[in-house]
Amino acid sequence: MDDNVLISKTFKLLGSEGRTALIPYLTAGYPNRDATVPMLERFKDVGADIIELGIPFSDPLADGPTVQRSSFRALENGTTVASVLDDLRTFRDGNDIPIVLFSYLNPILAYGLEAFLSDAAAAGADGILLTDLPTGADPAVEEVISESPLALIRLIAPTTPFERVPKVTRGGSGFVYYISRTGVTGARVKLRESLAEELGQIRSVVSLPVAVGFGISTPEQAASVAGVADGVVVGSALIEALDNGGIDEGADFLQSIRIGMDRG
Amino acid sequence: MSTETSTPMNRFGPFGGRYVPETLIGALDELSSAYDEAASDQSFSSEVDSLLRDFGGRPTALYHAERLGEAAGHPSVYLKREDLNHTGAHKINNTIGQALLAIRMGKRRIIAETGAGQHGVATATACALFDLECVVYMGEEDVERQALNVYRMKLLGAEVRVVGSGTRTLKDATNEAIRDWVTNVETTHYIIGSVVGPDPFPRMVRDFQAVIGRETREQILEITGRLPSAVFACVGGGSNAIGIFDSFLSDKEVRLIGVEAAGTGIEMGQHAASLAVGKPGVLHGSLSYLLQDEDGQVSPAHSVSAGLDYPGVGPEHSYLKDIARAEYTAVTDQDALDAFHRLAELEGIIPALESAHAIAYVLEVAAKYRDDGPVIVCLSGRGDKDVSHVAQIEGDELLV
Repeated sequence: MDDNVLISKTFKLLGSEGRTALIPYLTAGYPNRDATVPMLERFKDVGADIIELGIPFSDPLADGPTVQRSSFRALENGTTVASVLDDLRTFRDGNDIPIVLFSYLNPILAYGLEAFLSDAAAAGADGILLTDLPTGADPAVEEVISESPLALIRLIAPTTPFERVPKVTRGGSGFVYYISRTGVTGARVKLRESLAEELGQIRSVVSLPVAVGFGISTPEQAASVAGVADGVVVGSALIEALDNGGIDEGADFLQSIRIGMDRG
Repeated sequence: MSTETSTPMNRFGPFGGRYVPETLIGALDELSSAYDEAASDQSFSSEVDSLLRDFGGRPTALYHAERLGEAAGHPSVYLKREDLNHTGAHKINNTIGQALLAIRMGKRRIIAETGAGQHGVATATACALFDLECVVYMGEEDVERQALNVYRMKLLGAEVRVVGSGTRTLKDATNEAIRDWVTNVETTHYIIGSVVGPDPFPRMVRDFQAVIGRETREQILEITGRLPSAVFACVGGGSNAIGIFDSFLSDKEVRLIGVEAAGTGIEMGQHAASLAVGKPGVLHGSLSYLLQDEDGQVSPAHSVSAGLDYPGVGPEHSYLKDIARAEYTAVTDQDALDAFHRLAELEGIIPALESAHAIAYVLEVAAKYRDDGPVIVCLSGRGDKDVSHVAQIEGDELLV
C-alpha cells in the first residue's frame, strides 16, 4: 500500500523543520488500565511525534526485563487486544498523532488477523510492528498486513545481512526501525559507535525514514542518535521513569529527551 | 552487517517457520547452511557416529520386557533403551551433533534451556568434552524438583542460570535462552534440546535423534523378523518421539503413538497436552499446537515431569497429527507415577518420569495389539533424577 498518510506527513513536516521524530514506547495497561489514555495525552503534550503502543504478550522474548515486567503486569490487569483498541479509540478522539501498535504475532492471530487489522484501523491505529514476524517469515500474513490501511513497520538489526536490507523493507511502509544493537529491549549505557556508518549503508538502499531504538536512555544519547536518524525510540528507560515517579516523572524524562534531541 | 544469504525455510505442512526477532535471521541462515553442509559431509557424520559409539555408548539395546508385557497383556513388548546412553537419556544424541556443528561455525560459547535437566546435563557434557563455555537456563521450579541434575551440570563445568520469570519452568527458560542468543548471537550457538524452535532446529534435532529409530527398526527386524505393530513415545517438545518415529514414517502399517502429559487431568485444565487440546499458535519461533487462552496468551502447562511441562510441541508432531500419520494421547501424573513403580518392580528399570508416561499408556492399551505383532516403547531416559522428587510426592523420607 501507499505510505500511511499520517506517519509520512509527520516525517515530512519534521524533515522540513530539520527535526527528528521522538517515538516513545508504552505498554498498554501498565501500570494500570486507566493510565494508558492519560499517558498517551501527556506524551503528546511533551513533544512525542509518534507513539508506539505495546499490546502485551505472555512470552515477550524480544524484550528485556523492564518491558517483560510491564507486560506481565498489564496482563494481570486484564489487558487484552480489545481493551487496547478501546483505549486507542478513546485517545484518538481529537488527537492526530500517529500511533503504531507493537506486539507479537500470537495475540493478533488469536484475535483474527483480518478482524484485528480492520478494528485497529477503525480505532485509529496507523501502523503495526510485530517483533516475531521478520520479513519472509509468513508471506501470506505479511501480504494481508501490507494491504491493510496500517503501515507495516519493518525492523533491521545490526546482524541483518546487507543484501537482505532492501528485501526486509519491501512491503513495509511508514518508517523502518533500526535496532541499534543486538539484544533485547532495555536501557543501555553505551550505544554502538558505528551507528552513523550503519545508517548510511541502510539509507543507500532504503528510502523510508529510519528510526533508531533499543537502549536509548539519556538526553545525550538521544541527541547523538537524532543527529543521524529520522526518529528516536525510547522505551525501557521511559518505563523505568514511570516506575520511579509515575506519570509526571515519565513526562519529565520524555521532555528531557525532546530537549536533548532538539538541541543536538 | 554481515553478508550471509538467505536460505528458503522448511516447514512441516503449515507448521514450523521462523517467527523470531530480525536479529536472529542471519544466525539462522548461517546455522542452516552450516548444517546442510555438515549433513552432506561424510566426515561429519562419521565423527558424530564414532563419538556416539565410543563416548555415548550406542547402539542402545532393544530389550524384550517380558514381565512388563505379561502385566500389559502382550507377549512381545520391547523397550528401546535410550536410558542406557551416557548421561542417562537420548538428549546426548543431539548435543554431541550440535556441539560439533558449533565448533564448525567457530562458536565456542554454548547456551541451552532445560526442563528436567537432562538436556542441560547432556549439553554440559558435550561442552566439557569439547572444551566449550556452557550456560544453561533452567526455571526456578525445575531447579527445585531436579536438584541432582543442577549439581551434575555444575560438576561438568556449566553455569546454571535460574529463571524466575513467568511460569518458572521450561517455557520461561527457553524465553531466557532466546534472549541470551539475541544478545550474543555473534559468538554463541544455542543448542535447543527438542524438535522445537525456528527452522532449522526442528529438522536438525530430528536428524540427530533419528539414530534411535534407525537402530530400532534394524533391531526389531533382526530379533522378530517383522515390523512392530505400534511404537510409543512420550511427547513434551517431542524429540525422542520424532527420533524413534522417523524411520517408521513410511511403514504405514506401524502405528505411531505419542503420549503427552495430562497432568492432574485434561478436564481440570492442569496439563501439558498441547496436541490433544491446544490450538495452532506461535511460540519460540514456530507455528505449532499450543496451549493458549482465547486472547492468544500462552497458558501455563503442568506436569509432574519437568521434561514434559511445556505448553508447545514440535511442529512436525503437529503436522503428523493433522495428516493422521501419528496419534496422540495423554496420561495423568498419577498414572505416570504408578508406571514409574511398575517398571522398577517388574523389570528392574527405573524410568524417567517423562518415559513413564509412555510406559503407563502401553500398560493400558498393549493388550489390544497382542495379535498384531510386537510393540515398542521408547524408554527415553532413566529415573535417577526423579527419585527424590517422587519420594517427596509420596511422602517417603529419603535417608541422607
